[in-house]
Amino acid sequence: MPADYLPILIMLVVAALFALVALIVPYYMGPRNPSTSKSDTYESGKLPFGTARRQVPIHYYMVAMLFMMFDIEVIFFYPWAVIFRQLKIFGLIEMGVFVAILLVGYVYIWKKGALEWD
Amino acid sequence: MDWIQTLLIPIVYSTILVVILLTGFAYLSYVERKLVARFTMRFGPNRAGPFGLLQPLADALKMMFKEELSPKNADLPVYLLAPFLAISTAVIGWAVFPFASRGFSVLGYSVPPVLADVNIGLLYVAAVTSIGSYAVVLAGWSSNNKYSLLGALRAGAQMVSYELPLGLTLVAVILVVGSMNMTEIIQYQLDHTWLIVLQPFAAIIFFIAGLAESNRSPFDLPETENELVSGYITEYGGIRFAAFFMGEYIHMITFGAIISILFLGGWSGPGADAVPFLGLVYFILKIALMIFMMIWVRASVPRVRYDQLMRFCWKFLMPLALLNLVVTAIVIAL
Repeated sequence: MPADYLPILIMLVVAALFALVALIVPYYMGPRNPSTSKSDTYESGKLPFGTARRQVPIHYYMVAMLFMMFDIEVIFFYPWAVIFRQLKIFGLIEMGVFVAILLVGYVYIWKKGALEWD
Repeated sequence: MDWIQTLLIPIVYSTILVVILLTGFAYLSYVERKLVARFTMRFGPNRAGPFGLLQPLADALKMMFKEELSPKNADLPVYLLAPFLAISTAVIGWAVFPFASRGFSVLGYSVPPVLADVNIGLLYVAAVTSIGSYAVVLAGWSSNNKYSLLGALRAGAQMVSYELPLGLTLVAVILVVGSMNMTEIIQYQLDHTWLIVLQPFAAIIFFIAGLAESNRSPFDLPETENELVSGYITEYGGIRFAAFFMGEYIHMITFGAIISILFLGGWSGPGADAVPFLGLVYFILKIALMIFMMIWVRASVPRVRYDQLMRFCWKFLMPLALLNLVVTAIVIAL
């Protein structure tokens, strides 16, 4: 029933309002005395050099790609788990095949060294 | 017209929840400082008020009257969005938690024990609690600071590691109960026994992954104050800085609540069926126990490196969670 979800929507709105008030009101309570060095990037007191917007090697790039696939596969388990008691042995075999395929992929990426850093 | 029932009661209900969580957060910070101080043989806050009890209030006032600065190189919309996300997403999970065996009625209107008794409760909680990581990543990226960027990268690394074992343990719980409704999960534990007995591995994996999800030590890599200054919050000050703390601590409380509901029977306990208020007390006690464990872990275990965290999650927790899931399925089917 969509009406069941109305309280969740209300909670979302209340939480958002609270966060907004908590973040906006103190803005008018504190002093305001900006200067260039205050709003500079903090680099442990040294003069900042360069920008952080540059290419950074991300060592876990491959793991992140794999994560997306595995996470989607985990999502498939949810509806299956809810109706598992009705599916009985049929559900077990079906999911056994699914888990076997998942495991083959998992063992493969492990052996290929995708979980190691380059 | 029962707009009071459908609108006013949820509004008041959620307002009370948010207020309780915010004050709970303030005193959790006090409890944590006091406990960690005791673990390391110090006194902890003891100046503001008796036993330092007014310390959270003093901290809050200080944060509010700070000058609000935004770094000039920051991506301002995202920079401001991140603390907003950190606070607001931390509290909304509480909409589906049952607090007692039954509600009560005020002037003929019934106040339910759970704000929204939806049948996808667990899925909702899993979805909502993971948004918190985005606040960390966005904050780290938008600050345009190298420390913050490194913090955000680590937050990303953490996110792609703990989500899998976390998701798989939730599946094992759903498998045993056969429902994602929070009330039914507790009802199952009333009829049978606490799920920590039936699913001990799931409980342990969930606790570890929960530490990672709420950025708690030993997995507080995005922050790592002794190598990255303050990690993703380096460029934040005043109330925006407090917002991330608020998010982290409320996440802790939320995780305590989720573990209590999933594995420790939620509000169940002797006499809780007859006296709903007692159920609320048990629930709070269980959350407090879980939070104490988290603080205890923080005081005892050194921080891990983030490649160690990835290896641990992918090569140990994930196969263990999968094995637990398969064994659970086989036992239930036979």
